[in-house]
Amino acid sequence: MEGIKDRAAIVGMGCTKFGELWNKDKEDLIVDACFEAFEDAGIEPKDIQAAWFSTSTSGRGGGTLAGPLKLKGIPITRVENVCASGTDAVRNAAYAVAAGIYDMVLACGVEKQKDCGFAGLSNISPVYPEESMSMIRPYQPPVTFFSLVANRYFHHYGVNYEEGKKALAKITVKNHHNGTLNPKAHLRREVTLEQVINAPMIAAPLGLYDCCGVSDGSAAAIITRPEIAKRMRKDYVLIKGLGAANGYNYAHIDADFNFVHIKENQFASQMAYREAGVTNPREEIDVAIVHDCFTINELVTYEGMGWSQPGKAIQDVNDGYFEMTGGLPVNTDGGLKCFGHPTGASGIRMIYEVYKQLQGKADKRQLKNVRLGLTHNLGGPLGQAMVTVAIFGRPD
Amino acid sequence: MVGIVASGVYVPWWRLELQSLGGGQGERAIANFDEDSLTMGVAAAINCLRGIDRGTIDGVFFATTTSPYKEKQASVTIATALDLREDIISADFASSLRAGTTALKAAVDAVKAGTAKKVLVIAADMRPGMPGSDFERLFGDGAVAFVVGADNVKVAIKDSYSTSYEIMDFWRTNEDKYVQTWEDRFIMEEGYLKVLPVAVAALLKKNNLTPKGFSKAVFYAPDGRRHREMAQKLGFDIAQVQNPMFGSLGDTGAAFGLMMLASALEETKPGDKILLASYGSGADAFFLESVGKFDAVRSIKSYLNSKKVLKNYMSYLQWRHVLEKPVNGHARPSYTPAVSAIHREEEKIFRLHGVKCLKCGTVQYPPQHVCINCEAKDQFEKYSFWDKKAELYTFAPDNGIPTFDPPYVLAVVNFAGGGRIWLNMTDKDVDAIKIGMPLELTFRKLATVESIHNYYWKCMPGRM
Repeated sequence: MEGIKDRAAIVGMGCTKFGELWNKDKEDLIVDACFEAFEDAGIEPKDIQAAWFSTSTSGRGGGTLAGPLKLKGIPITRVENVCASGTDAVRNAAYAVAAGIYDMVLACGVEKQKDCGFAGLSNISPVYPEESMSMIRPYQPPVTFFSLVANRYFHHYGVNYEEGKKALAKITVKNHHNGTLNPKAHLRREVTLEQVINAPMIAAPLGLYDCCGVSDGSAAAIITRPEIAKRMRKDYVLIKGLGAANGYNYAHIDADFNFVHIKENQFASQMAYREAGVTNPREEIDVAIVHDCFTINELVTYEGMGWSQPGKAIQDVNDGYFEMTGGLPVNTDGGLKCFGHPTGASGIRMIYEVYKQLQGKADKRQLKNVRLGLTHNLGGPLGQAMVTVAIFGRPD
Repeated sequence: MVGIVASGVYVPWWRLELQSLGGGQGERAIANFDEDSLTMGVAAAINCLRGIDRGTIDGVFFATTTSPYKEKQASVTIATALDLREDIISADFASSLRAGTTALKAAVDAVKAGTAKKVLVIAADMRPGMPGSDFERLFGDGAVAFVVGADNVKVAIKDSYSTSYEIMDFWRTNEDKYVQTWEDRFIMEEGYLKVLPVAVAALLKKNNLTPKGFSKAVFYAPDGRRHREMAQKLGFDIAQVQNPMFGSLGDTGAAFGLMMLASALEETKPGDKILLASYGSGADAFFLESVGKFDAVRSIKSYLNSKKVLKNYMSYLQWRHVLEKPVNGHARPSYTPAVSAIHREEEKIFRLHGVKCLKCGTVQYPPQHVCINCEAKDQFEKYSFWDKKAELYTFAPDNGIPTFDPPYVLAVVNFAGGGRIWLNMTDKDVDAIKIGMPLELTFRKLATVESIHNYYWKCMPGRM
């Protein structure tokens, strides 16, 4: 097995503003994101030879992408791995160009969630449709999974409730601050620790501000091989590592699973670090965009990615290690919490921020000396999710 | 000698104060929104079957006036939830306050005839009294179960007498939502007060007994005043008469006489003679005699003391679907379960079976093809969870999910001996939930969707 390092490059990206975009449908969003990417790459739609289309609820086959863009006669695979769909689409696109099957491919993710008619996740297309099962079981929407994690994490490490809630709130405050620096983010306002801690409780200890909202949006990436990329632009971005792993339903069945170490995080990060040649991720990763669907998930991801020692993530949060000015800035673009979380688009939007950071184009959010960036997605029910860890770098 | 081998009761956790229902001292028991007569019957039977090999039960009789289905045998669903054999006799006894004792008599006859060695008799009721009515104040929700057999008999059922009687005193047609009645003086003078004594007198005469010979007189009554009147009419002293538990439980319909009997059996000693009488379209009277002691494990007293008062009467009306509950624009958990899928998953849903890997011993639920630990394929034995100790591993109290009893609590339950199951938690005091707390399993109704009652297990904090 050779690995993906330096065998695929991103030459153009696009990302719409995320938000409650009442006047945009999914086709509008696809067109906005993809044409920004085409322009960024300096190519036209007809240059695309194959595409990977990521969405959970906003379309079925590849025709949903071909239609608005008028991609004529190319193969388009619809990718679905819940919230990790976008990164999974990029994975598949990258392998296709690295294998030499295609030269120029497109990965696009979209989700139009705000036609559902209420706040919260839509139940119209249940997240885990299992038509051949009775579904006689307790209802378990995403927030309950992460409440289970938070309650057990506090118990496991002897964290008292107030201390734990405060640390989680600091993550929200950080992401809100970062969101104010990002014109494309859904939410762009500062919040205080008190506001977050005192927000209405959703599933203890997770309150309203511990939970990311529901948004519309789209993001796209154009991928080719490095030898082609270098003819197109100097500041292309290289894929250094792509780790991905699916959970095997251990959270429900394995009585020893402790809710603290999400196994997919370990599997996927180890894969990506190995491919990218990263041995000290806490030091070597310069910027990371992680899956903060709920603050607790960002917290356990710090440990899952090997940046914080087990049980020490709260200490790192209190030290400000993951803030803009810290040793490893996380979610510099506002995260899922503030940029927004249109399921199919999120993975690609995370890459968009890393892409801009590596190119020096992150504007008010620009960090210094960004050489390696990492994105992390978790999509699916606890224990049966796909986690993707993607690492990107510069050509020099 | 044929008689009662084991006994169990169930009183729901929730109470309504009679003051909030228009007056009176004390409380009445009310089933939770996720309970019905079937689930209460399962709960009583679980208590009754402690220490009994479930594989030895040859029959299940279920008595109620409030079966969840007009057509579909509740006794079979109960038997499946109890993980009994399939080669059993089963019957629902319905339509009358007397159904419980009728089922008891049928069980005795079945054992005497050799049709069955052990018959589980369950009676449960949650009769609908119109909101604001006397019935609503007088009724209670509850269940009781007995095993009737010929070995290890603790209470011999020595004789019985039945009389039938045609009268419209308490009834419901197929269309009636609430129990109907006629003028109180008429129905009492011409019904209850006239007919029950006829059965008792005939029984006593047949057996050469007098009221003085009984340690306990247990008999149905529609209210406390008529209970005292009947005691006098029958010739019993206050000391002999079993407390009808108005003001703590309420009239539990087809289960009432038998619940009072179970209560009496917690206080009797070998040699005591017991009279049991019930009423409904006639009367049944029984002569019983205690021959052995009962353990008062999970006694009716302990159930009556394990309770929570529902302060908000509107919630009760929502539980009973008298009022609709607003959902406030939140996504409603909804699914149309495929009947074929439910049927295929009977082991998992009703019998709560998982599997144990024959290769590495790992217990897992639901049943798997491939072992989660050693990946061995289809090398499993069936494994039951209902008899294993359960504790809370972690939980999620969710304020957003629409439920009749907020907050909705998702619990991860770990079992002694291995295995884990994610279940809803019900009948809980959310502030008292602690990781590591012992839990009980309870069979409940998740929801009724498109005319299908979806039953499944939940957990609850250990009640006693």
